[in-house]
Amino acid sequence: MKEIRSKTVVLSVDDIDTDQIIPARFLKVTTRLGLGEHLFADWPERPPAGGEILVAGKNFGCGSSREHAVWSLMDFGFRAIVSSSIADIFRNNALKNGLIPVVVDEETHRRLLARPGAEVTIDLEKQTIDGVHFDIDPFARYRLLQGIDELQFLLDQVPEDAECRCPR
Amino acid sequence: MSTSPRTLFDKVWDAHVIRPETPDTPAVLFIDLHLIHEVTSPQAFDVLRERGLRVRSPDRCMATMDHSTPTTPGLVFTDPIAEAQVRKLEENCKEFGIQLYGLDSDRRGIVHVIGPELGLTRPGRTIVCGDSHTSTHGAFGALAFGIGTTEVSHVLATQCLLQRKAKNFAIRVEGQLQPGVTAKDLILAIIAKIGVDGGTGHVLEYMGPAVRALSMEERMTVCNMSIEAGARAGMIAPDDRPDLQSDEGATFDREETLDASKLEPMITYGTNPGAAIPVRDAVPQADEYMALEAGKPLLGRPVDVVFIGSCTNSRISDLRAAAKLIEGRKVSARTLVVPGSQQVKRQAEAEGLNKIFQEAGAEWREPGCSMCIAMNGDQLKPGQYSVSTSNRNFKGRQGAGGRTILASPLTAAASAVSGKVSDPREILS
Repeated sequence: MKEIRSKTVVLSVDDIDTDQIIPARFLKVTTRLGLGEHLFADWPERPPAGGEILVAGKNFGCGSSREHAVWSLMDFGFRAIVSSSIADIFRNNALKNGLIPVVVDEETHRRLLARPGAEVTIDLEKQTIDGVHFDIDPFARYRLLQGIDELQFLLDQVPEDAECRCPR
Repeated sequence: MSTSPRTLFDKVWDAHVIRPETPDTPAVLFIDLHLIHEVTSPQAFDVLRERGLRVRSPDRCMATMDHSTPTTPGLVFTDPIAEAQVRKLEENCKEFGIQLYGLDSDRRGIVHVIGPELGLTRPGRTIVCGDSHTSTHGAFGALAFGIGTTEVSHVLATQCLLQRKAKNFAIRVEGQLQPGVTAKDLILAIIAKIGVDGGTGHVLEYMGPAVRALSMEERMTVCNMSIEAGARAGMIAPDDRPDLQSDEGATFDREETLDASKLEPMITYGTNPGAAIPVRDAVPQADEYMALEAGKPLLGRPVDVVFIGSCTNSRISDLRAAAKLIEGRKVSARTLVVPGSQQVKRQAEAEGLNKIFQEAGAEWREPGCSMCIAMNGDQLKPGQYSVSTSNRNFKGRQGAGGRTILASPLTAAASAVSGKVSDPREILS
């Protein structure tokens, strides 16, 4: 979990939404498994298999909150998504599953987009991609590095009598 | 608690923090209401089952089925996988003690339509659902947002969520909407202006005289599509809650202003909700998937299907608006009218709206998400154009190869009558 070293797969498309990643007709499943074969199912060309790092255009993962998009990417073999921006809900879903969202500056993004198939190293502990720093939520990073179960963490955090003093 | 001026979002957030956010850890946020539907919940219930956990507060949950349910009379499933998913929700709700508005319920409907109908959506509440259009409930001054299935399991088990606080973004709308220009056109114009990632990391608050003039259903339409601008949530301060207003001098991280008086009916031409133009304008750039050339107006283009429905525009006021325009006329395209809930359906039938639609040649359906997401058999064939009152025009959203043009109920109704992309103001005047 600390390091991912792989050749990149590049999708030079901006605003890839989760309907593209996994079309709605595949959401009727009641498990998380087996969605990799439906990744980008309706695109004329599906991404090549073998790479663990997907480099995509800006605003990756926008649209629907379907976590199936993350499951599909991971089942296909991806362990990290690299872009200059990643949509909120998708990013949260990715972190929940250990798919690393790597948000880089535009120059680094351009460089990576221009080199499909390049060998790239992502170091979660150092927060670097080929030596370039990336930001990631500190709690998610800690959790992933330590193998902490988030649900257990939350269960331990919530007092028995938790209620809010909210306006009625 | 801070004494400096706070925004509406700040106030609702602060009132729900169980454990404060630190640099190393997110806040623990209490969730007043957890809405559940059949698509994003099965794996979450499995987690609880696997770990021997109960649902912490079943009385704070409400479940319904809407995405993969048939809209044909009799609600007969033609897809065994969809049916299995719906049955799974029935089993899960029974096992975990959660109130379900199921297939035989007279209150069932699209989750974001029935929440308010049932009085569960209330000002100042935190509301989540495994569905990005949860932002709809922000119309009531609630902090309402979509979550993923893993987070659904967290909320089921603890009634709380780990969350980092988003930033504040004020959208001020001056002036007033002109005849024929609706709340749907307003939100399409806002998204066109700030972009599909303009709101990322922010909670939008819609304010100003044009927003204050909106009815509750219109406010729901606006807040519904906040997610299409990438926002965490969208909120509108309730009219009669002095405690749920943004304070004078409250700081917003971003602000944008629009003049509603200048807005026109909007349509999308591309394959994301931000690719929208006034209905009479020329398409600014060619789109291969939509088979549209730059420089030509969409107005007058023949359409194959018109869909009036979805959590964006399927409430009684939407149906009344569409019916008024369609009354006494016939449709020239296949038209599906899908009320947002059994309650809306009953109301519409009491007002004779169903007869208006049916006499015009449109199909009057049972409630559900239907062709917005096309999971239940209601879908476009490859290459077909639809004018749709829903919220997403992504490639294949309404069926592989389907071409979606998003619009208001008025624009959709006008387009149904003419069989072409139309400006509703021509019929209204």
